[in-house]
Amino acid sequence: MTREGWIRLAVVVAAVAVLEALCRTGVIAHTVLLAPSEMAVSLWNILRGGELNEDILSTLRNVLLSSVISAVLGFVCGAIIHALPRVRGAVEPLLASYYAIPTFMFYPIFIVMFGVGAQAIIAIAVLLSIVAMITATLTGLDRIPPVLRKTGTVFRMSPAARAVMIDLPAAAPYLFTGVKLTFAYSLIGVIASEFILSGAGIGYAIAYAYNNFNNQRMYGLMLLVIIVAIAANAALDAIDRRLQSRLRR
Amino acid sequence: MLMRAGDAPASAPAMSVADVHARLKGVTRVYGVGTSRPIVHALGPVDLDLMRGEFFSVVGPSGCGKSTLLDALAGLAVPTEGEVYFENRRIRGVPDGVGVVFQEDASFAWLTVRDNVAFGLRRAGVDAAEITRRVDYAVGFMGLRDFANAYPAQLSGGMRQRVCIARTLVLQPRLILLDEPFGALDQQTRLLMGDELLRLWRETKATVMLITHALDEAAMLSDRVGVMSARPGVFIDFVETGWPRERDSRIVSDTHFGAVTARLWEKLRVESLKSIGTKP
Repeated sequence: MTREGWIRLAVVVAAVAVLEALCRTGVIAHTVLLAPSEMAVSLWNILRGGELNEDILSTLRNVLLSSVISAVLGFVCGAIIHALPRVRGAVEPLLASYYAIPTFMFYPIFIVMFGVGAQAIIAIAVLLSIVAMITATLTGLDRIPPVLRKTGTVFRMSPAARAVMIDLPAAAPYLFTGVKLTFAYSLIGVIASEFILSGAGIGYAIAYAYNNFNNQRMYGLMLLVIIVAIAANAALDAIDRRLQSRLRR
Repeated sequence: MLMRAGDAPASAPAMSVADVHARLKGVTRVYGVGTSRPIVHALGPVDLDLMRGEFFSVVGPSGCGKSTLLDALAGLAVPTEGEVYFENRRIRGVPDGVGVVFQEDASFAWLTVRDNVAFGLRRAGVDAAEITRRVDYAVGFMGLRDFANAYPAQLSGGMRQRVCIARTLVLQPRLILLDEPFGALDQQTRLLMGDELLRLWRETKATVMLITHALDEAAMLSDRVGVMSARPGVFIDFVETGWPRERDSRIVSDTHFGAVTARLWEKLRVESLKSIGTKP
């Protein structure tokens, strides 16, 4: 691990230790916040008990599905927009201001369209994450050095062969950044949607625990969400950094 | 043997048709025709005969159409007017047997040096044993053996350019077009890369056309140098260097070297001043 990595780890460990001390000494009331060690114990009990396995699996499935749909659809839309400069000129300002719109306000529409359940959740998550992939695709295709396309022509490659063998790998680092963002936005979209329009999932279970004053379960699940987000992001980030390192010229 | 100023024709020297490897006949390139953008007459009309096995360089002021000329000869751009021939056939698109090395780094960042060099051979469906043989040779020839499994990002600019040359070399092109391939390199590396290029030229017996802005590079490497005018670029002089085929960068200390570069600069200075809007 790098020196910066050790410092980062030390900061996190210190923050957790301070929180633990504040909770254990009663500076922070037990009804407000559990000590991190208690959260970990609670999470362990949740996972061991298996009572919420269905909710956890449901959330992970929805996150995965919405990530894949957003990544694929976002890439296709991005590639089409990139190929049509006039459409791009019209659409790009809308994409730039897209995240200024609170996407969750559309949840009643999705309930009407899909009912309360996984489909509406996935639709909200896709709506939230797809633009990140479209933008990453546009950036990736823009950044392909023209000389690589010329090289493809010198090798007498067909447009399809060039797209697969040159354009796609050349744009891959940017596309993967899009995939990484897509996952992060999908996780936010799914968990947040489960709070308001679901009868299952981690978000729903957290809301249920909150409404029933079950702090142990609520904080245990919150810890689970944090761990999933950090672990997935770290794994995707490792691949992302590996791809980006090839761009350093 | 140097041609005296005024002796050089403003077109290719007359040689037997059988020796002509590539020919540009009245090639003109005008940008912006039929669009709302301003019309720019970039090149021509240019007549040029590249003789089989010669090392020909093109020098000219910035923006005179040197790269446009190379694109036309490579089949990468269709001339607005005129015809381009390679091995007596009129070309449409990039013909078989032509290799191009660009100024910009064109190595594939996602492939190792070895896979970069093998790229064209795999595309052409060459069998695996032959690919290994040719790639080993090209990688060794360009001094990249110790870096065969490295990625371009791990190499210097000069080494990446060598990867691109090796990738062209393995395809055994009969005409090699180089568009300022050493433009981004420092002077010492450029001289050494020039030596490698001369070695490659002698070994492959290919015809080479080099676009360069460096007069010393053109004078050192070439059998013949074409001097282009300010835009729209046309050839205003051809200088024969008279160097022996066996030569390397040490000829820069030859007394003739100064005479060749002086001759090139004499013509180019006027055109360069024109290109920046100053009266000679």
